[in-house]
Amino acid sequence: MEDLWTVAVAVFQLWMFVVVFLITLPAMFGLSLGVTSVYIQILVKLLEWATIRIQRGRQEQPSVPAPLPNGIIERAEGSMEEEMEQLRRSRSLEGGEFALSDALYFCKKGLESIVDDQVTQRFSSEDLASWNLLTRTNQNFRYISLRLTIFWGIGVFVRYCVLFPLRIALAIIGLSWLVIGTTLVGFLPENSVKYWLSEVVHLTCYRICARALSATIRYHNKENRPQKGGICVANHTTPIDVVILANDGCYAMVGQIHGGLMGVIQRSMVRSCPHVWFERSEMKDRHAVTSRLRAHVAAKTKLPILIFPEGTCINNTSVMMFKKGSFEIGGTIHPVAIKYDPRFGDAFWNSSKYNMVSYLLRTMTSWAIVVNVWYLPPMTIQDGEDAVQFANRVKSAIACRGGLLDLAWDGSLKRGKVKDAYKEEQQKMYSRVIVRQNGISATHTRRDDQA
Amino acid sequence: MGSSSSSRNKIPNAQELMDQTGFSSAHLLRLYDRFECLDRDNKGYLSPDDFEAVGGLAMNPIGGRIIDAFFSSGQDTVDFSSFVWILAHFRPTDRNRNKEGTQQELPDSRTRKLKFAFQLYDLDRDGKISREELLQVLRAMLGLQVTEEQLQSIAERAIQEVDLDKDDAISFDEFKKSLEKVDIDTKMSIGFLK
Repeated sequence: MEDLWTVAVAVFQLWMFVVVFLITLPAMFGLSLGVTSVYIQILVKLLEWATIRIQRGRQEQPSVPAPLPNGIIERAEGSMEEEMEQLRRSRSLEGGEFALSDALYFCKKGLESIVDDQVTQRFSSEDLASWNLLTRTNQNFRYISLRLTIFWGIGVFVRYCVLFPLRIALAIIGLSWLVIGTTLVGFLPENSVKYWLSEVVHLTCYRICARALSATIRYHNKENRPQKGGICVANHTTPIDVVILANDGCYAMVGQIHGGLMGVIQRSMVRSCPHVWFERSEMKDRHAVTSRLRAHVAAKTKLPILIFPEGTCINNTSVMMFKKGSFEIGGTIHPVAIKYDPRFGDAFWNSSKYNMVSYLLRTMTSWAIVVNVWYLPPMTIQDGEDAVQFANRVKSAIACRGGLLDLAWDGSLKRGKVKDAYKEEQQKMYSRVIVRQNGISATHTRRDDQA
Repeated sequence: MGSSSSSRNKIPNAQELMDQTGFSSAHLLRLYDRFECLDRDNKGYLSPDDFEAVGGLAMNPIGGRIIDAFFSSGQDTVDFSSFVWILAHFRPTDRNRNKEGTQQELPDSRTRKLKFAFQLYDLDRDGKISREELLQVLRAMLGLQVTEEQLQSIAERAIQEVDLDKDDAISFDEFKKSLEKVDIDTKMSIGFLK
């Protein structure tokens, strides 16, 4: 018994040594021993082999169904007018006028959206083209070969028993260092030393946290990095976005004060450098929010604000409507595009399905987080442009750079119902199709002018 | 902890459903995932609110009618089998069946499509589209874009054209007749990918 105890203690000491000296300290200085990159390379080779093996297996066993990564249906590309025209071609009457067959167009569109719609699918995880040897993404990839299963088994062991404890330890160290460090720095008087120390503390903490997720981050176009007094906007996939971005620069965070552990972290962070935290009641008052942010930006010496204008987490295949509030503050906007590689782990936080804790546990038991960050050149609002158009311009730039789909839908559709404006659009289009006939069009145009 | 692996074993009566509806295994799985995605509270069945949450349906002018047509036989829940059954009627009809008979054409598929469409108009399910019902559907499709008089005249014209027995209502046979030249099979099929 005694021997077992001393052995366990020795193993634990060795393990802590590895964690602290080989991972934490180099991370704090931004150095790397290269272990993670070797790991990623091995993983890539393994996943490529697995993909080929699965494809071969599928050819050999034709009964194994193939996955449908691009959605289950293809939609007709015609406009409403074209489709209705085709539906009515059989009738003797000319175009315009109502036909009973018109409802068929709406019926088909409605059924198509029941089966697969552009918006709802963005709120669930992206489908993988091929299995990445994680149980949770096993969409009907049945038993193909023994070797594949063995690798999967090894993967489970490595992820849960080797990597997971390591990552938890690193995460705890990182967060405690953040709280302790920022509280200590908070005692200093307001001078440049304090700001420098605060940046150091934040940077080192986020680097440790990035290690805790086995994150491999590639930054592109670093010359466009957000400057002081600017506003940084990015597409939102997960709360980890903050860690990813803050690894390469210091930002002033914007958000709601939470209770519990998050609240403790937030309150200590704000002691060392001015983040912008709102009470829940204040968030409702858009004017107050905007004026506070505006004051922060106007002080050109303060850190750039980090804002996610989508307002909610999207699954990293598309960018949804940017809320115009962030673009009304003024100042220079520095857009950033973030794209996660889905093969190594699903970074998307589906907040309706998982809470924060289970999300973090899932992320920490994935292979890794591999992410590309592109800094785009700064943009400002131009003359004759309003906030909405500016927001759309920035959104397109981010979507284009990150290889994401540019959608006009509102992210808050996740929680709420569709606005009636969309339905009115459809009704307007349909009425134009119907009342092209002479008899009705005169009165219709009059009504159109009034509307 | 979250999502478990989706396998055919989770779907009740999977083989039966595949044989009856002609959906392939992959399609069935995707539909099951879609069903689970729509079923937000994990009840195991869908209720009208679940359908109303679909963006594309909420902005569809007759979205409410389409939802009603799903809950046809007076029930207010749709389980997975009924869900698949209804959607199966809108599979594209495949003329060539050279695989293992997995792409059968459902019997009376054209009639069932027409019946579904008829239900969009026939609100009280009495087998006839009355003038009132037609007006209601027209109002839904056009919203506030046309005046009441225009609506009345459109409805009048439509009924006159189609109502053969002059009873001021459109029966299912009259409905069928008016659409007999329309290529229902293509126009009302959802393009399920192979």
